[in-house]
Amino acid sequence: MPVVSALPAWALMPSAVAIVLILLSRRRPALRETWSVLAAIAQTALVAALLPEVLAGREPAWRPLTLVPGVPLELRADAFGTLFALVASTLWIATTVYSIGYTRAEQERSQTRYFASFALCLCSTVGLAFSANLLTFYVFYELLTLGGYPLVVHRGTPDAFRAGRVYLLYTLTAGLLLLIAIVWTGRLAGRLDFVPGGLLTGVEAPAGALWALFALFVAGCGVKAGLVPLHTWLPLAMVAPTPVSALLHAVAVVKAGVFGIVRVTGFVFGPVVLDDLGAATALAWLAALTIVAASVGALVQDNLKRLLAFSTIGQLSYIVLGAALGTPEALTGGALHMASHAFLKITLFFCAGAIAATAHLDRVSQLTGIGRRMPLTMTAFAVCAFMLAGLPPGVAFVSKWRLLGGAAEAGSMVASVALIASAVLNVAYFAPIVVRSFAPGAPGSPRAEARPTMVVPLLATAAAGLWLGLAPDAGGRLLTLAAMTARQVAGAP
Amino acid sequence: MIRAQLPVLPLVLTLTGALLVSILGIVRPRVAWPLAVTAVGAAALAALAGVADVVAHGSRRYAVGGWPPPWGIEVVLDPLSSFMAAVVACVAAATLIAARSPAARFYGSTIAAFYALALVAVTGFLGVIASGDMFNVFVFLEIAAIASYALVASAGGPALAAAFRYLLLGTVGASFYLLGVGLLYALTGTLNMADLAARLPALGGSPLFVGGVGFVLVGLAIKTGLFPLHGWLPDAYTHAPTPVTALLAGVATKAAAYALARMVWYVLRPVELPVPLVLTWAGAAAIVVGGVLALRAHDVRRMLAYSSVSQLGYIALGFGLATPVALAGAYLHILNHAVMKASLFLVVGAALAAGGRPLVGALGLGRHMPVTAACAIVAAISMIGLPPAGGFFSKWYLLQAAVATSRPLAVAAILVGSLLAAAYMYRFTEAIWATPVAHAGAGDPPASMQVGLLTLAAATLAVGLASAALMDAVLLPAAAGAF
Repeated sequence: MPVVSALPAWALMPSAVAIVLILLSRRRPALRETWSVLAAIAQTALVAALLPEVLAGREPAWRPLTLVPGVPLELRADAFGTLFALVASTLWIATTVYSIGYTRAEQERSQTRYFASFALCLCSTVGLAFSANLLTFYVFYELLTLGGYPLVVHRGTPDAFRAGRVYLLYTLTAGLLLLIAIVWTGRLAGRLDFVPGGLLTGVEAPAGALWALFALFVAGCGVKAGLVPLHTWLPLAMVAPTPVSALLHAVAVVKAGVFGIVRVTGFVFGPVVLDDLGAATALAWLAALTIVAASVGALVQDNLKRLLAFSTIGQLSYIVLGAALGTPEALTGGALHMASHAFLKITLFFCAGAIAATAHLDRVSQLTGIGRRMPLTMTAFAVCAFMLAGLPPGVAFVSKWRLLGGAAEAGSMVASVALIASAVLNVAYFAPIVVRSFAPGAPGSPRAEARPTMVVPLLATAAAGLWLGLAPDAGGRLLTLAAMTARQVAGAP
Repeated sequence: MIRAQLPVLPLVLTLTGALLVSILGIVRPRVAWPLAVTAVGAAALAALAGVADVVAHGSRRYAVGGWPPPWGIEVVLDPLSSFMAAVVACVAAATLIAARSPAARFYGSTIAAFYALALVAVTGFLGVIASGDMFNVFVFLEIAAIASYALVASAGGPALAAAFRYLLLGTVGASFYLLGVGLLYALTGTLNMADLAARLPALGGSPLFVGGVGFVLVGLAIKTGLFPLHGWLPDAYTHAPTPVTALLAGVATKAAAYALARMVWYVLRPVELPVPLVLTWAGAAAIVVGGVLALRAHDVRRMLAYSSVSQLGYIALGFGLATPVALAGAYLHILNHAVMKASLFLVVGAALAAGGRPLVGALGLGRHMPVTAACAIVAAISMIGLPPAGGFFSKWYLLQAAVATSRPLAVAAILVGSLLAAAYMYRFTEAIWATPVAHAGAGDPPASMQVGLLTLAAATLAVGLASAALMDAVLLPAAAGAF
């Protein structure tokens, strides 16, 4: 039940204030980066402060203003939103520390713009996580699109601008489709609130209209979520600096798309309406196709970051699959996979960035022996890669196990096959990297880890991934939040 | 009692300002800018007071010279006219504040003429908006138009041809309008809008009515620059000095668009004629064609001009959809477009002054003009229609109306228009990152220009955040007057 509290809005404040402070301290790099770190810590603390309320079933909600007549800007911290906000904020701390090391090592230009855009992205991410209705969601969703653009084109090379153009073309088109879907939903349902179990449940509408509406929503969120065939912007966007790929293109931006899909299936349509339409099955097929296609795509990549991007595309659709299956077990697994994939994939990107910044290598074929030169980094990479593939005791094992249970529960053969095939394929594209990196390399190359500001964050996120696998409900109570989300959507007690 | 004078106060202030500028400014050119800004600033405050007055106390009528209508001239302050007067006066004020340094550089010792003409033009726009009389709309349209022709021509060179073309088409438009008014007068024997609106329902369907409506519409569509009657607009905007273009692009077409809405939905109400359909289709076509032409333009001012054609299409589309939300959305878009387009032309002026070239992608905003670049980005976001900028919210209401009236083509036009706007504004703003410093020593423009630019940028965001309040208090009541 919602209780009035400004706390969800306070959680946006650190990053919003940080944008201004970062711009003002552009001539003093140390101060500028201090603001970033402080904002990330403050944001995480404020989101964590919401946890007791959320776990107790109360949903702190606040309406500071009216957006359009009848639709307020409303921020409400429910279980699912808090899960996403908590993961994104926590990883922002690690990414900021890592960024400081990375930008110094790579001598990136325009660091003020870089840190300010990061703050804008995180502000939008927490905003959309806490959005209580579709219009509020849309406002933050588009702000996130805008905030991400300067980071994609950060390097200013022709390749970066090409990636930026593709990024904007895809995301803005998707945004317009989403906008039409939202207006149409308002027309059908008379309001735009996210309702657990479905806003459109009980709304009389022709099946064709609902199908079209669902397609608009899936296309609108599917671009950011990397659903095949809307995924092509993501590998291109790997031209961005690695911390951007790590936090935005593995956590914030892409998960915003997936988050949107879960909101649409669980809180706008609802499992009942989707099952009646048969749209749930269609979405499950699309997700299964994406999982398998992206894993096959990852097999043939030589550029390490592009390989990770394809892996991300596949992993994101696990969450979509959970939303499509719609059973409590599958929803829990999907929601938890938001966190699993975030912790593990960000570590993999951090490792890729550490290798690029230290050894100046970005191709898998160049990595022979790198594990002997950078043992800490490559150990973290190996552990997280295998955990991400679903091997116990990693956190992804917990989420994938539940997804598999959900697939069985829903009796979906295609989902089970996709999950198992993907686990094999994951090992198939990660194992060669690990094996190659620990093979004997060129003799005489000295041990050379990246600087501590890069190594410490990647070890921390790797350890968090391992710890969450052993105790998925420790720390942020992520498993409880995921299960609460599933209960709300599926309506089970 | 000053409140009773609120309907005429803004235009009296700008007219007085024009007079003072043309007398004192010729003796001492240095006083021209402060005088003009004071006059238009006071007019803006009066217009805002007018909005507050209408919201608090309802509409107000003012019989000029104490002669009661239908014989005397009536000036009306209702939700719609008060809103439009505030838009025109405020945007004109921000533009004239910002115009200080580019105008001084461009006009030198003839600066007083620029400010006097600008104030006459603004008086004309405010007069069109305030007038409750068909014939006086014509008079004020022409006052504004003659001042505008002179302002465009003041750049010399290719601007002379553009101004001549503007004059020809503008005169055709005015003549059409006058002819239409004549026919309606022959039919009803009155020129007062309220009186005319009361008499027409009994006389609807007569050939005189059809002819009158047709002539009035075509005349005002030319003045608005509504596709396909926009021929005067691109050249005039491209070749005029940028302070002039900022003023004209911001408010000139908006006053005419206001007159179009006023005539169609508040006076003539041609419900049996296919006017809504024509406006919808023309609007949809304008959105798409204007967007495509803007995308193909090389000169950045021409691109912005075609963008105006496209954005005016949104306004016409709202007039054509003709639900309360659609009309209110169109009015909100008038405000948004006035703010963002004035802002963008001022940005272009600042970039040209800093040594940039007027080519898309080579404007040279670079990292040496951070304030200008930030204002350009805010305006671009509003143009594309992304939240939280004001442009998003007018698009939201138009889209809502298009969905509510089940017009998939209108929905598609809005969608395609947004994508085209994203594409052409992208070409405009990509240069902010890509282009290296235009020349050494170039930087952000002087304080007066920055104040104007930042005011407009702040207004873009403020309109977005306050759009619901604006809709409830002013725009929906204004639209309700049409039904």
